[in-house]
Amino acid sequence: MPLFHLSINGKKYTVNADAQMPLLWVIRELVGLTGTKYGCGIAQCGACTVHLKGPPIRSCSFPVSAVSNQPITTIEGISKDNSHPVQKAWIAEQVPQCGYCQSGQIMSAVALLRDNPHPTDDDIDAAMQGNICRCGTYPRIRKAIKTAAGTLPKTNGQ
Amino acid sequence: MSKNGRINRRDFLRIGTFASGGLLVAFSLPDKVTPAQPKPSREAALNAFLKIGTDNSIHIILSKVEMGQGIWTTLPMLIAEELDCDWSRIKVEQSPPGKASDFLENPVYKSTGGSETTIQEFDRYRMAGATARTMLVTAAAKRLGVQPQDCRTENSYVIAGDKRISYGEVATEAAKLPVPNVTLREPKDWKYIGKSQKRLDTPEKINGKATYGLDIHFPGLLTAVVAHPPVFYATVKTVDATQTKAINGVRDVVRIPTGVAVLADNFWTAKQGRDALQIEWNPGKNADLDSQALTDSYRKIAKTDGLTIRKKGDVTAALTKAERTLDADYSFPYLAHAPMEPLNCTVNIGTDSCEVWTGTQSPLLHQAEVARFLGLKPEQVKFYTPYLGGSFGRRGSFSSDWVMEAVHIAKTSGKAIKLVWTREDDIKGGYYRPVYVHNVRIAIGTNGFPTAWQHRIVGQSLFTNTPLADMIVHNGIDYSSVTTGAPYSNSVPDHSFELHTTTVNVPVLPWRSVGSTHSAFVIETLIDELAFLAKIDPVAYRRAFFINHPRHLAALNLAAEKSDWTNPLPKGQFRGIAVCEAMGSYVAQVVELSIDKQTIRVHRVVCAIDCGLAVNPDGVRAQMESSIVFGLTAALHGEITLKNGQVQQSNFHDYPMLRMTDTPVIDVHIVPSTAKMGGAGEPGVAPIAPALANALFAATGIRFRQLPIKLEELNKA
Repeated sequence: MPLFHLSINGKKYTVNADAQMPLLWVIRELVGLTGTKYGCGIAQCGACTVHLKGPPIRSCSFPVSAVSNQPITTIEGISKDNSHPVQKAWIAEQVPQCGYCQSGQIMSAVALLRDNPHPTDDDIDAAMQGNICRCGTYPRIRKAIKTAAGTLPKTNGQ
Repeated sequence: MSKNGRINRRDFLRIGTFASGGLLVAFSLPDKVTPAQPKPSREAALNAFLKIGTDNSIHIILSKVEMGQGIWTTLPMLIAEELDCDWSRIKVEQSPPGKASDFLENPVYKSTGGSETTIQEFDRYRMAGATARTMLVTAAAKRLGVQPQDCRTENSYVIAGDKRISYGEVATEAAKLPVPNVTLREPKDWKYIGKSQKRLDTPEKINGKATYGLDIHFPGLLTAVVAHPPVFYATVKTVDATQTKAINGVRDVVRIPTGVAVLADNFWTAKQGRDALQIEWNPGKNADLDSQALTDSYRKIAKTDGLTIRKKGDVTAALTKAERTLDADYSFPYLAHAPMEPLNCTVNIGTDSCEVWTGTQSPLLHQAEVARFLGLKPEQVKFYTPYLGGSFGRRGSFSSDWVMEAVHIAKTSGKAIKLVWTREDDIKGGYYRPVYVHNVRIAIGTNGFPTAWQHRIVGQSLFTNTPLADMIVHNGIDYSSVTTGAPYSNSVPDHSFELHTTTVNVPVLPWRSVGSTHSAFVIETLIDELAFLAKIDPVAYRRAFFINHPRHLAALNLAAEKSDWTNPLPKGQFRGIAVCEAMGSYVAQVVELSIDKQTIRVHRVVCAIDCGLAVNPDGVRAQMESSIVFGLTAALHGEITLKNGQVQQSNFHDYPMLRMTDTPVIDVHIVPSTAKMGGAGEPGVAPIAPALANALFAATGIRFRQLPIKLEELNKA
């Protein structure tokens, strides 16, 4: 099996994997970062959302061979201490219930707010439409995104 | 336990120190029994613990599991209310199950479900806090040379005048003291109860650190993915694993009672291996199962007499001579629970031992089953319950289905394995909310109110042949399948509620809010229909039934008030209301919607709940929001169908969930109430579908009598 060089949360990893192995399982089982979740395996639920060079992708449907050497950010790379504005807003609005989908929700929300610091309700709908929450925390997610809006530090898209 | 909240010494089984020092309070079951719960035959084993470490740490160990409903926070609030501890030092842990015999004696207390956790634990957890506090004060007073009555407590300190000593410093001494009788605090003195607290599990659920069953890993652990039969209970005829075994990383292929398992170094490889298996199945007798034919057959059965659930007068005679009747058939599909975390279970069998990790509502039940199968003593099965990534009833499996599947794989292969179900395994895997059909015939009096009501329900039993059968199934009637709409039916002179229980080889399980998922829909849409026929406002019509039902009335009135019911909505918007009791709580909901190009757009849901005391009000609000989204998902989309014995749906593209765009604004209001405490996790599901259907009637003039709502029916009008 081929070797792949990955950059996840600013750290370098080398993994030996089937070229078709989805990035999700590489992250979870070969790298050992389990915050990114498996929910459907077909890019329907968004539990596996990570950032690839900035934009959010569904890592369950992204072969590892397509991402080599490109910077990846997972939920573990958002902050060291729950200090990211989106995480703070998630606490302020008391979003999670079972919590399983929340890594993906947060990754989608962070990407949205980075590109669009003051999203409208329609913008939120569009950005969050790919993330299912079976506990139905959507109203609180919407509130939390609005709470966090405008508080994100400016970055260069990474 | 006495009525005034004092606790007797016999309520506690053990107080002691840990090896490392500190105070441990273990407490037993309460002496109270409510209907639909078993009678505790005697004090059962340890159920939960409060540990105070010499380092001032406060460890609260939960007997119940956290699946999103918020008990990780609510139960600690109860202890903190009496303990005066430092809230920021609380650490919550999941209790391991005790002896399996406990479950057999008292199963309800060892499972999490029925929206009952806070109700069951309200006294017990407060008493644990109060007892520990009293002992800490006694020990501290002795150390400080003062009288206990001269001490007060605050933030994990015992304080007397200008002297103070931390709980941790005296915890070990306190543990050696005799167990005192204590008096619980009065509601007026509560600092935590009734005041919203932030969830203690949020911090680790926003950074990826929360551990779910799927995250369990240790060196040497293999992942197992199973080829399940395409038809329920079909068996393997032949299997060719040549291609599977050729895949790099596949370690074993084993046959188990539920299919063929592929063991590999990781999930992806195991799934590749599973998909490469060539299996010929013996389809068995379920290969002709067809959910449409099943529903049609139920409709015929529903026209015949069933077992009597309750009756009064002579409904047949009353209907025969009635001048005006309403006859309605309703049908409801199979529904999958589809928790976000697919089922999984890690098993490591050793010599005379077995370790199991899985997110489940019923660890003790599984522990007994695993022990029985492996020929071990229950205490030799170490059972660990990480966070549950949702459940909604699926992880309350009475048959321990996925756990035993994992144990079979581990035993047959001789390897430590993590069984992982794919989403397709979950959607196709059964254990559904059953198909139900209702037939209702109502005689309408001259005043527009019902004079006779005959109500027949057809469906599979949820609890027959389960450990809870003795509590719930009586004389062939599974009381979980039905709710009789007591406030309405009580006032109908002639009524009869009847049940037909069917046997179908599709495994079923309770599904969030259980019998109300269908019964409340039928009753609340019919009441709306009767009100319409009587030309009476549906809120006013319901009030006429609620004269002796103040909690129904309070929820109804609050929802009507907060939705501004008496004032019209903007043009093109319509609303409907429903109210019902479930799990001891009373919930009313108003749905506001519009229909645009054959698409239903739910704009807002106003919800009012009387759950008695709301221990953590924001937690109750969260559960109402959750229930509304869950119920709307089922009402608008939820349907599992079978054709030629095969489930037609497989994943979220064809078993869709409500998403952000579809989610209405949800306003939740809690009725100020000192009435008996009810549940919060499930009751909010019950009224949403009928409120939706009633709003759709207002919009279209069509009575929707099937779920999910089919928009094609709009075209038929």
